[in-house]
Amino acid sequence: MERNLTHIALFAALIAILGLIPKVDLAGGVPITAQSLGIMLCGTVLGAKRGALAVLLFLALVAAGLPLLSGGRGGIGVFALPSVGYLVGFPIAAFAIGWLMERTTLAAGPAATLASIIGGIGILSIFGTLGMSVMLDKSLAEAAFLAGAFLPGDLIKTVIAGFVTQGLARMRPASLLSRA
Amino acid sequence: MLTLTSPVETWAHPLPAGLKLAFLAVATTGLFALKTPLPLGLACAATALAYLGCGRLFATTGLRLLWPLWPFVVIVGLWHLWTASPATGATIILRMFAAVGLANFVTMTTRLSDMLAVFQWLARPLRPLGLSPRRLALACALMVRFIPVMLERFSQISQSWSARSSRRPGWRILVPVTLAALDDADRAAEALRARGGAG
Repeated sequence: MERNLTHIALFAALIAILGLIPKVDLAGGVPITAQSLGIMLCGTVLGAKRGALAVLLFLALVAAGLPLLSGGRGGIGVFALPSVGYLVGFPIAAFAIGWLMERTTLAAGPAATLASIIGGIGILSIFGTLGMSVMLDKSLAEAAFLAGAFLPGDLIKTVIAGFVTQGLARMRPASLLSRA
Repeated sequence: MLTLTSPVETWAHPLPAGLKLAFLAVATTGLFALKTPLPLGLACAATALAYLGCGRLFATTGLRLLWPLWPFVVIVGLWHLWTASPATGATIILRMFAAVGLANFVTMTTRLSDMLAVFQWLARPLRPLGLSPRRLALACALMVRFIPVMLERFSQISQSWSARSSRRPGWRILVPVTLAALDDADRAAEALRARGGAG
């Protein structure tokens, strides 16, 4: 019980610090924010249920007024931005990534990358597109075109999520709770 | 940890947080029902007046919080100039400013603790699922406390990388950072159990 609670809280904090560190530190010049990487890691490491709860806890504290989203954004206002679909999709993406991790028999690294592509790009883009379509009064096709701008950065992140998960699996297999 | 709550005390600070959130929900629904630029322009003007009524410092801080809107203003602006439908474009942009402005106003005039109290009240129906208010409060407190701890750990790990390599750490540093988070979680769980558990 206590372990579940602290894992959820600490991974919520991990998503937060990944949004606070400077963009260029991570990908050698490619400007990506690591925040959605945190969402992916919640799923690949904690599994479906705990991963989704960690993301929900993070979003609750952002809504309550902590400026923890990348770029120092926060408050209820971020849920009125056209990008709100991504925020709604975050916990669902983490759940889907964790669900896939728990069920595939692939090695940890490839499984994490694959699950992140399906959950962190596929499902997240669907929610992001729906959100922009509603908030900006655009057709789904037009909104999908805007959502496409995030694709290159997201692909890099899924690969990094795979490498990090593989590293954890190799150094300490028991640490992958999604595979426990 | 800095919050977005404004240190400038305004008339809206003492109002109950639940009331402000309920008003925000109704107002935002209303904004989405408006389909022409004129009433939305008035809504923007009213929001701006609410900010200005709280003093210049408060208003400039509020203006700075609207900065994340600029990419959307550029995209929507160019799009509707291209399709020769400036009225629709103005509707979308004005609605965006009014909705985000109002929401930021509520955030800026409500303390974090008050906001979390409302969330805990809203989460009451989830109690049968194992989410008691006490656990929720504990999880929030743990997360807030561990953000500075993990930032410190992140910079320590970066420094030990820099001490051993001339290259930049890049993504590799995330493996020890995640491991450190898992270890901290285990130790915090033991400490909690030793003090009577999470309830």
